[in-house]
Amino acid sequence: MKLNFSIYRYNPDVDNAPRMQDYALEVEEGQDMMVLDALIALKEQDPTLSFRRSCREGVCGSDGVNMNGKNGLACITPLSALGKGKIVVRPLPGLPVVRDLVVDMSQFYTQYEKIKPFLINDDKHPPAREHLQSPEERAKLDGLYECILCACCSTSCPSFWWNPDKFVGPAGLLHAYRFLIDSRDTATDARLNDLDDAFSVFRCHGIMNCVSVCPKGLNPTKAIGQIKSMLLQRAV
Amino acid sequence: MVTEQASLKRNGVQDFVTLRATALIITLFSFYMAYFFIATPVITYDVWVSLFSGIFMKVFTFITLVAIMYHVKIGLWQVLTDYVKAPGLRATIQYVLNIIAFVYVVVGLFVLWGVK
Ligand code: SF4
Ligand code: SF4
Ligand code: FES
Repeated sequence: MKLNFSIYRYNPDVDNAPRMQDYALEVEEGQDMMVLDALIALKEQDPTLSFRRSCREGVCGSDGVNMNGKNGLACITPLSALGKGKIVVRPLPGLPVVRDLVVDMSQFYTQYEKIKPFLINDDKHPPAREHLQSPEERAKLDGLYECILCACCSTSCPSFWWNPDKFVGPAGLLHAYRFLIDSRDTATDARLNDLDDAFSVFRCHGIMNCVSVCPKGLNPTKAIGQIKSMLLQRAV
Repeated sequence: MVTEQASLKRNGVQDFVTLRATALIITLFSFYMAYFFIATPVITYDVWVSLFSGIFMKVFTFITLVAIMYHVKIGLWQVLTDYVKAPGLRATIQYVLNIIAFVYVVVGLFVLWGVK
């Protein structure tokens, strides 16, 4: 059985423009594999093909790519899920391309940095051992802390494409909410102040592309909705 | 967090609330008009005039026109800041569109005023 691929190739140092290159892979009849395995096999054929990967099991977030038009992790997307016919693999949309499927994630990380992704606690008398949380308080972090920062969501979000410097984006906002509702964090007001403008949060128009692509099944739109209502409640 | 030129400064919360409040008014007006068109068998000029002659309809229409103006102002500002990146060009387009939105309200006011 022959599988056909069309892969985005671009080396800004030598190429004038990006191009799509066709590849074919011979596999046993009926055999399925992950997109990442196919990419690794294709790299054997053509060592110049570049992509990122590390854990190859959906926990590191390195291999976010756009497969047949939808963002996802190559390592946990089976070829069978992409239907029959040619498989088109492109880099995550919107970010500058370093080479082939490797993108420059600086804009994405800058937004992540902005939301101060760490616990802030100005308690004058910190507990001797640790800050305790009730099971209920801890449960509020579920569906938020699992994010692996793969950028599949933010690079599928039109609002992030148009304003990557001002709109925090779904991944950053998911993390922002994770710290806003953490019972051990005391910087809630300061965090909300930082988000209280026309772009950081409110550029989200609830398009929900982020939800449809998140490989961890998280729901950034819901978290963003919660931040919006926190900002609203504070204003009235 | 946004420290850009003044043209980018709007209040997010306020815009969010205004957009939704005006959308509600516009929806109510649309439903009311839809009901009118469905419930009225033949719409003659006289029927049309009498619809707008009552003070309720005059006020309702005027409020809707103002709501549309604000809705358009915020909505198009969002669209323009997405797609038009040159600040000068964006400011110009925004200015012209705002004037058009305002003219609609003024013209609407005169039309309503004229209905006896
Ligand atoms: S929310 Fe999901 S898609 Fe977005 S960065 Fe986190 S894991 Fe990736
Ligand atoms: S819901 Fe918001 S953050 Fe998610 S893709 Fe849409 S605009 Fe972007
Ligand atoms: S290689 Fe780690 S998530 Fe795919």
